[in-house]
Amino acid sequence: MTRLAIISGGLREPSSTRLLADRLEAAVRTALEAHPGEQVESSFVELRPLGRAVMDATLTGFPTGPLEDAFETVASADGVIAVTPAFNASFSGLFKCFFDVLPEETFTDMPVLIGATGGTERHSLVLEHALRPMFSYLHAIVSPRGVYAATDDFGAQTNAALGQRITNAATDFARLVQGCGTRQRRDAFTEELTAMQRLLGGSPGGGA
Amino acid sequence: MSDMQFGVFTVGDVTQDPTTGTTPSEAERIQATLAIARKAEEVGLDVFATGEHHNPPFVPSSPTTLLGHIAAQTERIILSTSTTLITTNDPVKIAEDFSVLQHVSGGRADIMLGRGNMGPVYPWFGQDIRQAVPLTVENYGLLRRLWREEVVDWEGEFRTPLRGFTLAPRPLDGVPPFVWHGSIRTPDIAELAAYYGDGFFANHIFWPASHTKRMVQLYRRRFAHHGHGSAEQAIVGLGGHVFMRRNSQDAVEEFRPYFDNAPVYGHGPSLEEFSSRTPLTVGSPAQVIEKTLGFREYVGDYQRQLFLVDHAGLPLKTVLEQLDLLGEEVLPVLREEFAAGRPADVPAAPTHAALLRARRPEPTPVSGATDKRRE
Repeated sequence: MTRLAIISGGLREPSSTRLLADRLEAAVRTALEAHPGEQVESSFVELRPLGRAVMDATLTGFPTGPLEDAFETVASADGVIAVTPAFNASFSGLFKCFFDVLPEETFTDMPVLIGATGGTERHSLVLEHALRPMFSYLHAIVSPRGVYAATDDFGAQTNAALGQRITNAATDFARLVQGCGTRQRRDAFTEELTAMQRLLGGSPGGGA
Repeated sequence: MSDMQFGVFTVGDVTQDPTTGTTPSEAERIQATLAIARKAEEVGLDVFATGEHHNPPFVPSSPTTLLGHIAAQTERIILSTSTTLITTNDPVKIAEDFSVLQHVSGGRADIMLGRGNMGPVYPWFGQDIRQAVPLTVENYGLLRRLWREEVVDWEGEFRTPLRGFTLAPRPLDGVPPFVWHGSIRTPDIAELAAYYGDGFFANHIFWPASHTKRMVQLYRRRFAHHGHGSAEQAIVGLGGHVFMRRNSQDAVEEFRPYFDNAPVYGHGPSLEEFSSRTPLTVGSPAQVIEKTLGFREYVGDYQRQLFLVDHAGLPLKTVLEQLDLLGEEVLPVLREEFAAGRPADVPAAPTHAALLRARRPEPTPVSGATDKRRE
């Protein structure tokens, strides 16, 4: 079984960001389940209801209730689809803040499919200038093709073009997730502890 | 002194009182700190601990100077730190300063070590932040030897070697100050404390109980693993943060502006939300008693409870009233309740006298009994 976590940073209801996230999830599921016996379990993390919790965690340093659950959902996934609206040539502030408070190592070795929405197609490089570098920094494995959807893309005549981009990106990502297999969770707590044990083990006259 | 110690720990911040707009001078803040320490002894508290900071708006950059002065004005209270920076202070100087403090205070000094969390401090003292963890391990290893060995030959990575060095003065009665390792969030400090069989102090405040529980459990498990006794015999301290008035609602109303503007608290979750998620207790003495007794449920029977009572610009008069309430209404109940049901094999809080007794050979050896304490 493959566990997918889908992070949607849309702020309005209904949200075109969520719409793109849904279509990406469906396409990835189809691509993965094309393999006999493969099952996909998807969990959505909507950031808007977590808005206050994210800002509280930014200020206090610790997450509470539903935000902790969201962290757990992401950390236990085998692959993540992350979609944000484009604001001022970048991701939305809430989207960035969520990753700022996420525990370290959560994204290490995580396959990620990036997506973004915006008013016009002129912002499409936000995927390459904002999302991809952040996920690279987090040591994620970012799928080569992301999907950007402008308002026009959701119009009836051009829908086929967006559909094709979604299918292409989802096919790439499904191969990536399959190749990576079930993900080994990384845990900064345990890693720090192990590092200290190693240091003490090597310190002269340590146990005295 | 009873099995458990209660005290206060101060950060030493100079903060504007948000209700009056007045900010104490450094001189006033230092005098207030001294008054708080004297009052702590007067109301029957067991421990006064000061932080160490090297930048404004904090005043305690030289803790043993402060504690030495307090030692001269008090009789009984234990003087400690929260924390002494094991990374940026030279271990030779820490060993000297705390040996002297032991002597001038008549064995009322112990020490809580920490890494510090301010990156810029490291270069002020010629150290490299990138080496914080190995520096902690090396410096502490040396500090232990300085207090325990008459002549120290030592080589390490981060300071010049020592050749035939003898610490002067030697620790009082040859017993090193008890060492606590203080930690807010990192598990490696719990491991360090467990490895040496030292005390582990979880800062506790500002963070949810679940985090503290995990850290203390880890420390206890590793304490046993390293052969210092059972997990229940590990030496645990906790922080706490209280503001009291006899009437609960008065406490909330009076403290709210301080909470809302405090650098560590303000502008995020509300006072009520923070109180429900962390050890912060703003209310009546009965509420403080109830919440504090609850700490035991997730860390086990422990040895030291320190309260933060003097930050965020609270005026000295208010802080002294807090100490009166602690001494008169809270402390007697806490002492009695914590003692009730405390298993006999849970060690008492460490004192110089107890460490000295433990060091002396047993007059009549009891067959089958082994003393698992190291010093």
